[in-house]
Amino acid sequence: MAVLVIADRDADTVRDTTHKTVTAALKLSGDVDILVIGQGSMAAAEAAAKIAGVRKVLLAESAGLGRQLAEAVEATVMGLADGYEAILSPATTDGKNFMPRIAAKLDVAPISDIIEVVSNDTFVRPIYAGNALETIQSGDAKKIITVRPTGFDAAAEGGSAKVETVKGAEAGKAAFVSEEMVKSDRPELGAAKIVVSGGRALGSAEEFHAVMDPLADKLGAAVGASRAAVDAGYAPNDYQVGQTGKVVAPALYIAIGISGAIQHLAGMKDSKVIVAINKDADAPIFQVADYGIVGDYKTVVPELMKALG
Amino acid sequence: MKVLVPVKRVIDYNVKARVKADQTGVDLANVKMSMNPFDEIAVEEAVRMKEGKEHHAAGTATEIVAVSIGVTQAQETIRTALAMGADRGLLIQSDMDLEPLAVAKLLKAVVDEEKPDMVLLGKQSIDGDNNAVGQMLAALLDWPQATFAGKLVVADGKATVTREVDGGLQTLSVTLPAVVSVDLRLNTPRYASLPNIMKAKKKEIAVKAVADYGVDIAPRLKVLKVTAPPQRSAGIKVADAAELVSKLKTAGVL
Repeated sequence: MAVLVIADRDADTVRDTTHKTVTAALKLSGDVDILVIGQGSMAAAEAAAKIAGVRKVLLAESAGLGRQLAEAVEATVMGLADGYEAILSPATTDGKNFMPRIAAKLDVAPISDIIEVVSNDTFVRPIYAGNALETIQSGDAKKIITVRPTGFDAAAEGGSAKVETVKGAEAGKAAFVSEEMVKSDRPELGAAKIVVSGGRALGSAEEFHAVMDPLADKLGAAVGASRAAVDAGYAPNDYQVGQTGKVVAPALYIAIGISGAIQHLAGMKDSKVIVAINKDADAPIFQVADYGIVGDYKTVVPELMKALG
Repeated sequence: MKVLVPVKRVIDYNVKARVKADQTGVDLANVKMSMNPFDEIAVEEAVRMKEGKEHHAAGTATEIVAVSIGVTQAQETIRTALAMGADRGLLIQSDMDLEPLAVAKLLKAVVDEEKPDMVLLGKQSIDGDNNAVGQMLAALLDWPQATFAGKLVVADGKATVTREVDGGLQTLSVTLPAVVSVDLRLNTPRYASLPNIMKAKKKEIAVKAVADYGVDIAPRLKVLKVTAPPQRSAGIKVADAAELVSKLKTAGVL
């Protein structure tokens, strides 16, 4: 059986989430193709071709595909679906947007956010914000799957697949108006090896940035925030780690002034090493932390900066 | 504009879900149930469009129909939507837990009957976490979709929707009729006032059976087991930053 992975791409490359989805796909089949969608995407397609284990890369370009709008992606993938027994995409906001649409067109039950491939038709996925895991078996001939990137290691580089051009659909009844992307020199929150997150205890947006930004720069880390900090306006929306924000699993997660509400834990509890800095010794965050320091961030963070050299 | 708002009855978001000992699912016995919080935001936005609150012109929405698919008690969820300001309700009764594909097919049948200009719903339910029904309904109807809405403006037969996407915000314009799924920051839902709760008791809720729609709802997925996630155990407290850095270096993460 052949499997198609829809790439998560940048202007001129494919993101790490694509590599992780390829790992999940390779558990289903040795014949894994990658579909790169968008306008002016040859560089991204060539980057996808270097992922180890990939059979070929399909490049679908059209003016309507530049922004990965669901209607045009769906129409493009429908033209290719016959050749594949499974279609996978990372569970990014793009993947979550277009994959169920494709599934409905194919009359297939989508399988969202898998964290484990048990067999060709059986998968594990979190439900209830990760408070339970369900193992489900699909009876559909074709599987439409989104993959939670933190559940899989990234496939290695070193492939040399061919790039083929396929037909890209034109725009549908939705039109792109504008976008406002947050620009940052720091690593992307979902892909960072180290994440430092701040909570409501930081008290203001100025303090949040004054404390978190230098620490993140010193560690080469991405900055995250609890929902309480985001709701209070201390940090922008896209910093939010948790059930309602991003799910991250870095090698090191440092939680500063975060109490550890269930909804936050759901977004970071799969991190390899968790550090908590909080002045409340009874804060629930300490129950999941590998290393905890009970103390005021105002003294602990400067000390930490010094200890890091 | 007529707005259809699907609402789901789920475990209250403040209650921690517990897995049943026999691994067949999550224990729903004697657990507080509420309207899915994302759906509550959808109801609120529809009511604001009717009232002309925030940036909406008064009468942007003219009629709001709340529909739920589920057990008899889901009428309480519909009643909540009516108390918030929806005009009437529809319950499609089902004792079976339906998959998103079946729900989308039933909602398509409702849309064919009701002919709304917009279906406004939560981006996902907090039980199954599938994030699929809105997108699937849009596909079945061949309508455009605007998911994860953080802002919604309706004018001249179009909805302009600012979506919360990875890395920032994206704004789309979709031609109505369309499906719009809502994210957390669209609004803060109101608490229904006592007079409105009383008024809602007199509003109509039609009750139908799944069979009335002649839709294929056969499950495609078999749940083999539901288990609790592996628990993390608490680690150690360290005295200061210097000790922390040395531990992290030993652990190989610095």
